Amino acid sequence: MTGRISLKLLSCVLAVGVAGCASFYEIPIETPIAAKLDVSSFQRVFIAGFIAGGTDDVDGNLETVRLLRSQLRMKSNLRVVDADVLPLVDVASGRGPEGQAAGPGAEPAQTPGTVEIRNEKDLQPYEHIFADADYWKRIGEEYQNPLIVTGTVLFTPHSQSGMVQRETEVIDRLGRRYIEPVREYMERKGFILQEKFIFIDGRSGAQIHSESLREERLYNQNDNTPALSSYFELMDEIIPRFLSTLSTQRVRGSRVLIK
Amino acid sequence: MPMRLLSVVVLLTAFAGSAYADARADAKAQVEFGISVAQRGLWKEAIYRWERATQIDPTYAAGFNNLAVAYEHEGMLDKAAEAYERALKLEPNNTLVRQNFELFKEIHDRTNQSQTP
Repeated sequence: MTGRISLKLLSCVLAVGVAGCASFYEIPIETPIAAKLDVSSFQRVFIAGFIAGGTDDVDGNLETVRLLRSQLRMKSNLRVVDADVLPLVDVASGRGPEGQAAGPGAEPAQTPGTVEIRNEKDLQPYEHIFADADYWKRIGEEYQNPLIVTGTVLFTPHSQSGMVQRETEVIDRLGRRYIEPVREYMERKGFILQEKFIFIDGRSGAQIHSESLREERLYNQNDNTPALSSYFELMDEIIPRFLSTLSTQRVRGSRVLIK
Repeated sequence: MPMRLLSVVVLLTAFAGSAYADARADAKAQVEFGISVAQRGLWKEAIYRWERATQIDPTYAAGFNNLAVAYEHEGMLDKAAEAYERALKLEPNNTLVRQNFELFKEIHDRTNQSQTP
């Protein structure tokens, strides 16, 4: 009995000692990430539209424009131009109202509404539009020389099979529950979102910066996650990186200070 | 004669040892003060203290680690990387420093993931 009490006392003394001599401290920090682009000369930003493809389940052009505009309204000092989304595929293929601006390389390959962009290769015939400074300068003049954001969006279905580790609840002979990691073969499906953001100076029509971002997410085959939900999940990862191009972002975390 | 030489060596060693101990104690005092001000959000003061600590004792890994954290908080990412590397050079097996550095690199890499034409 005396032995047990002295053991408890000893452990208490040890615990107090350890607490008193703590040699490290966890501290919350906020790391500011400086904007990659100096946008101080712009008062407005125009998310013009994107050349989008991959799946028919999500309109990558409209959804991306809508989401970026709403995020910029909340998290940027630039005034967001609220205008119709440019039909860039039509413009680039010379069919749209600005079709003449698309340059001699553009060929009207398909009729409107039947354009099929499934992969990166399919995007290539339209990408010349981003280098057409005259076209973007005209757009810039129309919207009071904003910073123009355009680019490509590819949202493609993806499936993968292989060994996956997941946690499963196990009950032992005594009825106790515990979690155990289990490796198993699984077929999974999901989506890949590839976005290329191109930043154009509306005063000159020249490209000033571009960023290529890629995210993918896989789900269990039985999950039946809708394409639109997956698109928003992936955009959640991409948006902070997009915003960090235009404005200083603060990344929250914690670090350990040592004595 | 050899006895006199030996006693001089012993004295010098003892003096150097106590000088090192003094430097470490001074640096430690600066580090502790830096921690207390950082906990109150006074990061610039903390940077001053930890810079002093690393000047007083350039072998004190904790000083460099804390300095790296403060630089990170102030957005001085290049200086933070340098300070983390100094701390790890001094104590390569310090898991706390390593963990801080890994978290730092994650942010750093993420911000550098983009491509520019």
